[in-house]
Amino acid sequence: MTITRLLIAHHKKCDDMMLATKELAAQLDWTKVDMILRELFTELEKHLNVEEDVIFPAYEKASGIRSGPTQVMRQEHRQMRDLLQALQQALAGRESEIFIKMIDTLIGLMQQHNMKEEHVLYPSCDRLLVVETFLPVIQNRLS
Amino acid sequence: MVPLRFFLTAPWFGVLAGLLLVWSGEDAFSSRWSLPLLAITHLLTTGFMLQVICGALLQFIPVVIGSKVPYSPWLSIFIQPLLALSALVLTGGFAAGSPRLLVIAASGFVLGIGIFAGVVILALWPRCQARLIQWVVRCSLISLVVTIMFGTMLAASLFRGTHAALNPLISIHLIWGLAGWALLLLVGVSWYVIPMFQLTPAYPVWFKQGFLGISLVALGCVSFGWAAHATAWTAGGESALLIIAALHALLTLWLQARRRRKINDSTLLFFRFAMVCLLTFALAGILAMRFPALMDRPDFAIGMGMLALVGVFTSVIIGMLYKILPFLGWLHLRLLNAPISEVPNMKGMLAETAMRRQLHLHLIAFALLFAGLWLPWLVRPAGLMLAISYTLLSWNLVSVMRYYKAFRNRLKETIPIRTDIKHGE
Repeated sequence: MTITRLLIAHHKKCDDMMLATKELAAQLDWTKVDMILRELFTELEKHLNVEEDVIFPAYEKASGIRSGPTQVMRQEHRQMRDLLQALQQALAGRESEIFIKMIDTLIGLMQQHNMKEEHVLYPSCDRLLVVETFLPVIQNRLS
Repeated sequence: MVPLRFFLTAPWFGVLAGLLLVWSGEDAFSSRWSLPLLAITHLLTTGFMLQVICGALLQFIPVVIGSKVPYSPWLSIFIQPLLALSALVLTGGFAAGSPRLLVIAASGFVLGIGIFAGVVILALWPRCQARLIQWVVRCSLISLVVTIMFGTMLAASLFRGTHAALNPLISIHLIWGLAGWALLLLVGVSWYVIPMFQLTPAYPVWFKQGFLGISLVALGCVSFGWAAHATAWTAGGESALLIIAALHALLTLWLQARRRRKINDSTLLFFRFAMVCLLTFALAGILAMRFPALMDRPDFAIGMGMLALVGVFTSVIIGMLYKILPFLGWLHLRLLNAPISEVPNMKGMLAETAMRRQLHLHLIAFALLFAGLWLPWLVRPAGLMLAISYTLLSWNLVSVMRYYKAFRNRLKETIPIRTDIKHGE
């Protein structure tokens, strides 16, 4: 197992939840939307937090690069959190059209964000960090 | 937004290509070597395709590879107009039958692409993990340089009046341009953007490595065959290129069928149409290798060109533009630090119906172009439809930017926003 594989699998899990939420919102099944969205919030928060608390600082220390990719990733994390809040508001107002457009925006943002992480940042972490030390920490935070 | 200048200029070359077809009428389809057809071909390749690809590379490289392209605002300010002007001069050279203009245009391309390719290849130099895509972009840019080199040799031959043995030079120019530059880049970029746009499974690593390796070996074989007059090498290389192109098309259609994002948006439909055309092109190419007399028929040879340019490359490029531009608009509004509630979502930047309308016009233009091969009275309507389709593309792209600017100005009036966003960001 590598950091890349572990986090790609978690990205996929979040993608599946976003897609399911969108389909359910289209069917106006708000109870299930609420349920899956809560789960998505939890998973996404775990993911963003482990990156910001563990992976990014370790990468910055090992590479010596503090204002590079991690800065962009943190900025995009903020945008994702904003979108999650907006989704909650749309859910509260049962505004399906706004909800679907918002989740489409979140999917679009996350796909390009994930691509950068999966092709640049995570492989660099696998190369620069002691994977055996970090893997259990990341697994623990994501579980 | 560095690539914007490239993206917004590009559709006008498509409009010009359509208008040129209206002007020349059925004469354009009299032969694959007719001057209006050569002008139209180069408007689509050195005009539309080259503009968008250069702009998209400046956008794509930082996303996938993590390294910024140095001097990208300068490339946009100086190289973009140089390339656009060179494409216009080249078109003028073909339309007027002036070898002098062809040489001037070739010099512009040598300078512009020389600088662009040099800067991008340098940006790709640092070692990073996305090595496969680095190699694809490098090889594709080198192929573009080789294509332009052969093009310059052709222009120089015509200028000197040495018309003998131009056909082999044209063939090698064509293969490096279509397979080495355009197809390799299209395929390499697809490996990243198709799973990203449509949430399909990833392309298998063995396929990606195999595609790049076989492409390079095949291009080497074709070039050796050309240099040593060894037709078996050329035929072997061409067959390999056609087979891997067909495999890529089949694999993409299969992956798209297994996508997790079950929406049929315009980008998906543009890509699907392009893959069907790529598959048809590869099968027609294999047929032409078995029966070489087919390529002497203007309808077959021009039909192959239409499949490649209008069917495959421009379709994929338009599909990608419809994803890139709304995303850029959204991203830059968000970078202004405006609250999310104030920023329109990505889908709000450009309505799906507007994109779908343009897709329909694109398909009608393609059908009319094909029909024009056998029904000459349809050539002018086909040109007109092509011009209308690209005008609508331009309208759609400009409307994203107008939407972006209107929101930005509204935000500036109502919310204190960041003013330190540079155009290069």
